[in-house]
Amino acid sequence: MDFKDYYEIMGIKRDATQDEIKRAYRKLARKYHPDVSKEADAEIRFKEVGEAYEVLKDPEKRASYDQLGANWKAGQDFNPPPDWDAGFEFRGGGYTDGNASDYSDFFSSIFGQGFGGAQAGSRQGAGHAQGNDHHAKVLIDLEDAYQGATRSITLQSPEVDNSGHVTTKQRTLSVKIPKGVKQGQRIRLAGQGSAGMGKGQAGDLYLEIEFNPHSIYKVEGHDVYLTLPVTPWEAALGATVKVPTPAGPVDLKITAGTGSGSKLRLKARGIPGKSPGDLYVVTQITLPPADSDKAKALYQQMQQDLAYNPRSKLGV
Amino acid sequence: MTILNGTLLDEEIELSLNELCKACSSSAEWVIELVDEGVLEPVNSEQIHWRFSGISLQRAYTAMRLQQDLGINLAGIALALDLLDEIDALQARLNCFEA
Repeated sequence: MDFKDYYEIMGIKRDATQDEIKRAYRKLARKYHPDVSKEADAEIRFKEVGEAYEVLKDPEKRASYDQLGANWKAGQDFNPPPDWDAGFEFRGGGYTDGNASDYSDFFSSIFGQGFGGAQAGSRQGAGHAQGNDHHAKVLIDLEDAYQGATRSITLQSPEVDNSGHVTTKQRTLSVKIPKGVKQGQRIRLAGQGSAGMGKGQAGDLYLEIEFNPHSIYKVEGHDVYLTLPVTPWEAALGATVKVPTPAGPVDLKITAGTGSGSKLRLKARGIPGKSPGDLYVVTQITLPPADSDKAKALYQQMQQDLAYNPRSKLGV
Repeated sequence: MTILNGTLLDEEIELSLNELCKACSSSAEWVIELVDEGVLEPVNSEQIHWRFSGISLQRAYTAMRLQQDLGINLAGIALALDLLDEIDALQARLNCFEA
């Protein structure tokens, strides 16, 4: 198993005071809390920091961890030396706070002897404890929110076997993504979190919806934005043009005299639902290149005939 | 493989005070405190007719985790949730402008 450098995880020196450890923990817990952090691996980091704090906040556990020596590097293959914890009161003691199944193999190997499955999670008191909830992000395409989809999700969750060892188990779930989901919404899968202790119920799994960045659409709540390139003559004279939408192309009428950056609303063509979002088409006038004699002549003719000063409002 | 159907925590599902308490294994007093603090907004104003949306359920779960994991009090939770909402809205707006 890999050695864990708890000091490195918490970003503190090996001679940090207990107060410094507490401050570092509070700061990191806020930073990596799965409800607060936007980072993809927030939940893993949050648990890692929790485990490091569990050891370092307790002077006895910290002393015995320090006894392993400062020469270990994070990730190095580790086996606890025989009788390494002799002389410490908590021998065989194990987990005091938090849920044992959240801790690493490394933690179990040095603090977990004697752990027999009757440990309580911090949330529910002794005996029977509800399993922890798990959080995961599920990446979907915008089109999936229009049509609904089924997604396979692979989760890694720690499990405690009969002898008290913690192993990482991989499982794959197939989950229905309902039509009309929005960025940041959560789907709750009851009983798909960690197994409970004793008669405690299993925790729940929360899947947070996140859209893959789309090559042409942007999403804001249930509204969808599309930048639509138009020619100067379509904008000036008006035209009916084909516009893509996530549900298929539609015809859009551009009125004469439409400027660049105009926002045209296609009602109820955003993300579907009881109150569906809108699709906003933002015009962007693009110029044909003046790369031939004919094109150059046309631009020169406009210059001569139109007498147009786009900067008149700027007073120049 | 079985396809799992979860509950989408959106504005379309509605729960009573009792159901909300059960869903987050919390006491009614705690939920009432969240309402008093403005963290949760029930649909009806009279307490006996309170109905909560899936958004409220999601906020109640988050509030519970923030309280348990970070030791934040209710006023702090209310502030954190408001700021998180604001960050999400600003982030979405920013995404619209970024190429």
